[in-house]
Amino acid sequence: MSENTTAGYLDMELLRFTTAGSVDDGKSTLIGRLLYDSKAIFQDQLEAVEKASKRIGGEGEVNLALLTDGLRSEREQGITIDVAYRYFATPKRKFIIADTPGHIQYTRNMVTGASTANLAIILVDARHGLVEQTSRHSFIASLLGIKHVVYCINKMDLVDYCRERYEEIKSEIEDFASKLDISDVRYIPISALFGDNVVDRSKKMDWYEGATLLYTLETVHIGSDENLVDGRFPVQNVIRPQTTEFHDYRGYGGRVAGGVLKKGDEVTVLPSGFTSKIAKIDSFNGEISEAFPPMSCTIMLEDDIDVSRGDMIVRTNNQPSVSQDHELMVCWMSQRPIQLNGKYAVKHTSRDARCIVKEIRYKVDINNLHKLEDDKAIQMNDIARITIRTTVPLFTDRYQRNRNTGSLILIDEATNETVGAGMII
Amino acid sequence: MKYNLTHLKELESEAIYIIREVVAQFENPALLFSGGKDSILCYHLAKKAFYPGKIPFPLVHVDTGHNFPETIQFRDQLVEKDGVELIVGSVQKSIDEGKAIEETGFNASRNGLQTVTLLDTIEEHKFDACMGGARRDEEKARAKERFFSHRDEFGQWDPKNQRPEVWNIFNGMKNMGENFRVFPISNWTEMDVWQYILAENLELPSIYFSHEREVFLRDGVIYSDGEFMNKKPEEKVEKRTVRFRTIGDMSCTGAVESPADDLEKIIEEVAATRTTERGTRADDKRSEAAMEDRKKQGYF
Repeated sequence: MSENTTAGYLDMELLRFTTAGSVDDGKSTLIGRLLYDSKAIFQDQLEAVEKASKRIGGEGEVNLALLTDGLRSEREQGITIDVAYRYFATPKRKFIIADTPGHIQYTRNMVTGASTANLAIILVDARHGLVEQTSRHSFIASLLGIKHVVYCINKMDLVDYCRERYEEIKSEIEDFASKLDISDVRYIPISALFGDNVVDRSKKMDWYEGATLLYTLETVHIGSDENLVDGRFPVQNVIRPQTTEFHDYRGYGGRVAGGVLKKGDEVTVLPSGFTSKIAKIDSFNGEISEAFPPMSCTIMLEDDIDVSRGDMIVRTNNQPSVSQDHELMVCWMSQRPIQLNGKYAVKHTSRDARCIVKEIRYKVDINNLHKLEDDKAIQMNDIARITIRTTVPLFTDRYQRNRNTGSLILIDEATNETVGAGMII
Repeated sequence: MKYNLTHLKELESEAIYIIREVVAQFENPALLFSGGKDSILCYHLAKKAFYPGKIPFPLVHVDTGHNFPETIQFRDQLVEKDGVELIVGSVQKSIDEGKAIEETGFNASRNGLQTVTLLDTIEEHKFDACMGGARRDEEKARAKERFFSHRDEFGQWDPKNQRPEVWNIFNGMKNMGENFRVFPISNWTEMDVWQYILAENLELPSIYFSHEREVFLRDGVIYSDGEFMNKKPEEKVEKRTVRFRTIGDMSCTGAVESPADDLEKIIEEVAATRTTERGTRADDKRSEAAMEDRKKQGYF
């Protein structure tokens, strides 16, 4: 490592991705391979895994899944229970993997992992091709607004690295994926076990001319994933030092949820509707000329108007929808089914409200995207289209236009558990 | 103009956002402050979140009484310079009151006893959210931890019944007596922390940097000699050039032999090293699920 390391490090981008796959499709092996080949696994971790592999009774192969299964019951049962976050970096980018389990509570966990991801890796077993799980993963990725999906056709070693088999699976998925709203879809034939096309190019698949998985992760363009059009600034805190030095200082702390904000921009504060101009965008390190998502900063306005937490500062000539009635796709995350006419607490950006579930329109069969209009019993891991009415107006954009202002959570007021993840249509 | 944040700026923004959410959603939050680099980083991010105002919560130090003197000196200087409120929960007091029982033997450590003192301090001051500098890359049980980690009235973590955390919407709702642990730097790695400390020119306790120290070897771990350390007869104290990668209390924190006496050299060392920083922590070596077990009981 040279001094260039530090300079390069300060200029790296962050890519968050999620991995999806069914049981035994080699997901843990793939993650293990990415971590190991990028040297993100340390000697003591590897030794601990080797020790545990022997104890659990694995013959020969070191079980890389043990690296990611952190909880005692996961190791004992040999299954992954919860989303685990993994980190690695190459000289080009830093990566956060949301590793989601392949079986129990699948949808809930994948939705959680996908909600913050730029990219999804969906693993497909080359022997089995497109299976129900593949469609399910693809649908969730599309529903959660993931812009980039990479299908890794894995276990190519078990189909003799056969080009025809790869092409066959690819065209099957293409047919299905065309029905989904994903802008950037890629296909890579790999063998996670032997490392073909993961970090290094495969010598056995010279017919494949595309990029390796790691190169794809390092170079996929994520600069335009955030909404840079609609100026949105949900207010988290009012910052008033009330000291001699900053006697009249009044700033609004928050994180830009959309658009590019600049000094002098004409803005409206919702819900009051008062209009003002941005006087300054402030931070500990000094004034900021342009603020954009997901930047945390402090906004000061020219006029002394009433602004508090839960309000939203927006561009006057481009305002969100202000409404108490909302159409959502919701992923249900609780053992207790959704209650029609039930009341829930709502959190949307920095705003709190309560709501009533007015209508359950249909449940989605996530294996084939069919609308089940007669099945309105929405259980854990179901995805449904519903309408809610909130006690106060929310300031929203469509989820597919802006994840930050288009998402909300529903909370059971009796248990305080998060029970639903809602995406505004 | 490219509207992209660098990854360190993105992590910084995320942490500031979370610290601001804590202040908005809770009535009586606190920041757990050990004097280690991760808590120093959290403190710095908290200052940024409320600049030019003061941070609207106290620092809480759970003091095992077996600290490195350099850490305590650093803590006291910081508190005096910035004029922040510091609350100290004393493990010695918990022992004196009979709430915690001192371990005996050569590997005795007060690390586990911190949980008792921490829970008592939370109760005494009615804290409803304690922020801490734990990171998901540190240890495998922590990889499954939420940003907002719900604890029942006994302070327990239930790993199989965690609230799903979707997008950047954090649910801090709770019943009476329950509280939260919040981890604003969950997504940072050891390397991120060091690079950020370098970029922001943050001050650290001197023991992070290479120095000559009286140490002894036990089970391959280099321990600092000190008045609380019970040595076996065959354990000989010698002078070595060492530094610490993490700072716990003296009884469970091992040193590494290192000539790295400035941040650039530490970063080179971190980049080249092949063991995790918690590899120097005896508290994690007790069993494969040592961290998970301590967390379930209410540990940080």
